[in-house]
Amino acid sequence: MAQLDLRQKLSVLADAAKYDASCASSGTSKRDSSDSKGLGSTEGMGICHAYTPDGRCVSLLKILLTNFCIYDCAYCINRASSNVPRARFNVQEVVDLTLNFYRRNYIEGLFLSSGIIRSGDYTMEQLVLVAKTLREVHGFRGYIHLKLIPEADPKLVEMAGLYADRLSANIELPRDEALQRLAPQKDVGVIKKAMGQVRLGVEAAKPEKRDRIKPPKFAPAGQSTQLIVGADGAPDTEIIDRSASLYGGYGLRRVYYSAFSPIPDASSSLPLQKPPLMREHRLYQADWLMRFYGFSPPEIGEATVGGMLDLAIDPKLAWALNRREHFPVDVNTASREMLLRVPGLGVKSVDRMISVRRYRTLRLEDIARLCRGIDKVRPFISALDWTPGGLTDAADLRARISPDPAPKQLSLF
Amino acid sequence: MRVATLDSETDFDGWRKAARAFRSAGVRPGEAAFRVGRDDGGLFDELEPQDGGQGAQFPVPRAFVELAQAVILHRSEDRFDLLYRLLWRLEREPDLIRVVSDRDVADAFERAKNVSRASHKMKAFVRFRLAEEEGDEHWISWFEPAHRVLERTAPFFARRFTTMRWSILTPDGQAHWDTRHMTFGPPATRDMAPAEDEIEDFWKTYYASTFNPARLKTKTMQGEMPKRYWANLPEAALIPDLIASAAAREAAMVAAPAPEPNPRLAKTLSRLNRDRAFEEGFTPSSLEELGQAVQACRRCPLWRDATQGVCGQGARPARLMIVGEQPGDQEDLAGKPFVGPAGQVLDAALAEAGIDRDDAFVTNAVRHFKHTPRGKRRIHQTPTTSEITACRWWLDAERSLVKPKVILMLGGTAAQGVMGRKPEVMKARGRAIPLPDATALLTVHPSYLLRLPDREAAAVARERFVADLKMVQRLL
Repeated sequence: MAQLDLRQKLSVLADAAKYDASCASSGTSKRDSSDSKGLGSTEGMGICHAYTPDGRCVSLLKILLTNFCIYDCAYCINRASSNVPRARFNVQEVVDLTLNFYRRNYIEGLFLSSGIIRSGDYTMEQLVLVAKTLREVHGFRGYIHLKLIPEADPKLVEMAGLYADRLSANIELPRDEALQRLAPQKDVGVIKKAMGQVRLGVEAAKPEKRDRIKPPKFAPAGQSTQLIVGADGAPDTEIIDRSASLYGGYGLRRVYYSAFSPIPDASSSLPLQKPPLMREHRLYQADWLMRFYGFSPPEIGEATVGGMLDLAIDPKLAWALNRREHFPVDVNTASREMLLRVPGLGVKSVDRMISVRRYRTLRLEDIARLCRGIDKVRPFISALDWTPGGLTDAADLRARISPDPAPKQLSLF
Repeated sequence: MRVATLDSETDFDGWRKAARAFRSAGVRPGEAAFRVGRDDGGLFDELEPQDGGQGAQFPVPRAFVELAQAVILHRSEDRFDLLYRLLWRLEREPDLIRVVSDRDVADAFERAKNVSRASHKMKAFVRFRLAEEEGDEHWISWFEPAHRVLERTAPFFARRFTTMRWSILTPDGQAHWDTRHMTFGPPATRDMAPAEDEIEDFWKTYYASTFNPARLKTKTMQGEMPKRYWANLPEAALIPDLIASAAAREAAMVAAPAPEPNPRLAKTLSRLNRDRAFEEGFTPSSLEELGQAVQACRRCPLWRDATQGVCGQGARPARLMIVGEQPGDQEDLAGKPFVGPAGQVLDAALAEAGIDRDDAFVTNAVRHFKHTPRGKRRIHQTPTTSEITACRWWLDAERSLVKPKVILMLGGTAAQGVMGRKPEVMKARGRAIPLPDATALLTVHPSYLLRLPDREAAAVARERFVADLKMVQRLL
């Protein structure tokens, strides 16, 4: 009977945690248990142990400590005024579940968040206690991601950083004004201060070359945050600007974009519609362009219409179609920077092309073998045996590359 | 046709030996064949190749050896031939392995990628079940890898589960770890592994609950978790039902009427949700109150991308007030003025001039960090006149609370914040300027000293800066 209770709790508290898009278990320090103590390992690359039919991976046991909450944020299923069933794990239950799942190779570790109960300090203390027990009592070497309770005492944030691989606090809404409206008790300033503290902690833990004694590790996988898309009417350009500001300000590893999705027992202040998944996808693509392709937020803005990314084509193609004067790019002589601007060429393809062209002069068929699909690439490049001629400037180029009609943007407001 | 016999499907050393012999005997790619086991003799001209003379050998790049070791684990029948063809071509084209656009090389790398992916999926999709044997825990898994990656992947599990006794059974062979040593065994069958595990129901509960029915993306799921693995994943049995019920669950959520707001909660909320916003007519009675109030300041748009408003700190009342431009990257995070590089320059110069920073009150003309993001950094931007003007309200409030005798203005922005106008810094510096409530003195901002590229010029500028500070000392 007690076991059934625990399963019911697991069901409630996993359900309540599923709206957090973060799932990564990568990018932390390498460690394992081959010294014959403890349990677990991380090898830099994350591992997804299963996928659910929503296409998202299961890498961590992602649960809440409790879904009771004193806050009433309109977009959140766990808000105080919601009638969802409530449950609460104790510290030992979370520790046992994590270890039991980990030993069977179901998960890479734990992602623990919580509703706010009693106070920010009390809640953060409980989260830290779970991580501390896993690390110190069980020698757990797997991945731990802890959610920051921003208003908690900085000393607790410091402790969290010692036990966790990654910390995160969710900004949630791109517009601060909307946060005030939809989450009246949340203070964006407090969230930013907590994220600033994590950045300072991570930087302080980076050993200087001269240091003989390494400072203790602090959140080696850095920090991340989440923006809910489609709940506050912010256009894509505003979201991208906010992301750029967050990446720069707090050294974030990732900004996650979560299309606002219908939730059971939803607040009347938010309309219920299918989440705009394609918009979420385009935002992730734009985010990649910023982080790995050298695009600036204003350049991404050039590829938008009325501040919104094109849903029918990816942002890089949209940018290239607007800026045809930069093309075609000669694959045999162009710089890496310029090759990265070619639609259809990824970082890997470009690096391979640069490596191969030291030995061979590239032909179109070489390029075809080095990228995913040549159709999108062809109009924007020239090679030994290929020039696109008038194709680059053809008026119907967009239709030729992407013959599908544009899917309709779902608007929430 | 020359035929070489290999001990097993993954016998890399055997293949290498045979290929080397073929190569030195000049056997062309189409005429060399590799067979596993000894049961197909007779059909081919079975001829154990001789080790060729050392002179006929040529070095191959390490990258080729590593590639071949991976490709040989691929389940395709013709992998030995492909590798031999590459080996053959390598003599004339020593850089061949780097030409990843070559048909053969691309083919080999593609197969190596499939092998690496199979190994990665094995790390992900092995599911251990607990078997108790004479009171001893034994963790056993039945797994069917896409390619022959058992031996290559087993060390990963030894590193991760060093203190557990475990076995992974596959149709290709078995791997056993006894907490110290690894051993490998012959092909196994499914019935040799336990059929169930008591924690599996918890795992399935978790899997079903973490799925969001409003975001069905089954193609993505199958791309990452191909059906070939489903039979050995206990949670995969839930997939058909989860998909079938998703549409109805989503529709129910959308159709459900919004719940009645809870009146007691609404009352509590309105009490908790005090208006913290800055209001006109508010006069802070202490620096603490001012520090809190500035967090709600919306007099200009700079608050939006800054972390927090940064007010002054230091002695109070103080005879000396030092006014800078605005918080920088470090100050924005720490919430304190002059803690970054410019602050260090200032501290050193103050010490040299015989002024104790602890006796002064240090603040800025502008409360929020103005910047633009560039990659992972924030680049400082000079505040505009309207931003400085909007922020004067806070500086004036600080002045009336601190009551300084002397105000040291670091740079043009500081001067504009204090006096309401921007003098030419280089001309006006170092002279006492009378104000209604204090005496002001203008000098350069310490970050100006940091930016001078020429070392000699920097030393001169720093000397003048210290001289200005000594002037302050005399005014106090």
